[in-house]
Amino acid sequence: MNVASAASPSAGQTAAEAIHVENLHKKFGELHVLKGVSLSARDGDVVAIIGGSGSGKSTLLRCINCLENPTSGIIRVNAEEIRLKADSHGNTVPADRRQIERIRSKLGMVFQNFNLWSHMTLIENVIEVPIHVLGVPRAEAITTAEALLARVGLAEKRDVYPAFMSGGQQQRGAIARALAIQPRVMLFDEPTSALDPELVGEVLKVIADLAREGRTMILVTHEMKFAREVATHVVFLRNGIVEEEGPPDQLFGAPKTEALKQFIRTVG
Amino acid sequence: MDLLALEPPGWGGNLLRGLLNSVIIAVGAFGFGLAIGIGGAYGKLYGGPILRDLLEVYTTIVRAVPELVLILILYFAGTDLINRVLEALGYARIDINGLVAGIWVLAVVQGAYSTEVLRGAILSIPQGQIEAARAYGMAPMLMMRRITLPAMLPFAIPGLANLWLIATKDTALLAIVGFNELTQETRTASGQTKAYFTFFLAAGVLYLLLTLVSNQIIARVERWSRRGMPSVSGSTR
Repeated sequence: MNVASAASPSAGQTAAEAIHVENLHKKFGELHVLKGVSLSARDGDVVAIIGGSGSGKSTLLRCINCLENPTSGIIRVNAEEIRLKADSHGNTVPADRRQIERIRSKLGMVFQNFNLWSHMTLIENVIEVPIHVLGVPRAEAITTAEALLARVGLAEKRDVYPAFMSGGQQQRGAIARALAIQPRVMLFDEPTSALDPELVGEVLKVIADLAREGRTMILVTHEMKFAREVATHVVFLRNGIVEEEGPPDQLFGAPKTEALKQFIRTVG
Repeated sequence: MDLLALEPPGWGGNLLRGLLNSVIIAVGAFGFGLAIGIGGAYGKLYGGPILRDLLEVYTTIVRAVPELVLILILYFAGTDLINRVLEALGYARIDINGLVAGIWVLAVVQGAYSTEVLRGAILSIPQGQIEAARAYGMAPMLMMRRITLPAMLPFAIPGLANLWLIATKDTALLAIVGFNELTQETRTASGQTKAYFTFFLAAGVLYLLLTLVSNQIIARVERWSRRGMPSVSGSTR
């Protein structure tokens, strides 16, 4: 069993639990991708999920906001359990659409392929959810969005459409979009994997800044050096189970399992 | 040219009234057809198996039967059906307005084609954009209004533009049920005066003008819908 709630040393016992995943299973047809994964993040934690291709790390992240519906298991966000039910095809789906929409609107998701809305300018992308989902007044949303864009270094790209921006700019814009909802937790799904090598740095720098200011984040990444620097807790997934987890220095400095040793050697 | 004068004994006024009727029917049929198409495309993509089958039957039949035949069927059989239902329920028969019937009949035809155009356009949206909308807690209706429909528009415009131009010309088929649209007015005028060449040439010019004006508007809408996309030729607009 994976006793993930034994948590990271940096998060005190008093910090509230923001994300709690317990015994999560996910099957795609016959393919058993997650085989009983548990994970916990308290306020201020930066949890890095690492693992090889096909280990289930992206699926785990996507189950947290039910972009993938888990086959079984418990997911709590802000101590609120996502209610699941079986649909007519026997798939597990959220039981209450409004509940899952409310929970999703507290989770700032950043995707591998940015996924900015192509028919909106950058600032329109950033104000979209605050105005139309959260009901923030337009003027207020714009003020917040402009500050966020300045923060990620894109103030002058305010009225540019995503297709006319570089990958690194789009991803920083996507991070601004996520921040605009004042998320309880940020979810990063391999945020630099689709970027040209020279653009990776600018995005990692923004994420590292967020980690430093104590934002709660769950980060699926291939950037081992980065994970070691920013994470408070690292989870190594292999074949759908948590093979090893702990503080980054322990995991990267003194890996216990042979699988992790080999993974660190190959990924470097 | 006296024959084309706007005031009687000239027939120009009648032709323009016919054109106006044609445009009203085309606008109505295209608009309702678009509404049917949005519902049909969503039903085909996200509906249950029964709904999907029903929509498949609808689009297949409508697209398989010649439009002229469909118009005759829907116009005569449709109005008859409505009156029978009314009588069965104990109401008096009603005289169905030709304009309303024309719009309804062509909308059913247009709806089948726009279902397919819109279904294809929705499938062309990069899936990540839909996923992002879901990930940020958008409700289905909000997502349709704010993300799906605007994002699919650039892919739908060429097909929808075709449908609009077809709609303007399909109105001529309503002449067969005696509706006073442009073609019917032209037939009447030329039959009365025997000046067939003059009137049909005039009608042809009116149809051409309608198409040219439409093209201008479509080009603008298309430019607007593609505002977030780099131009295909490489230069930035």
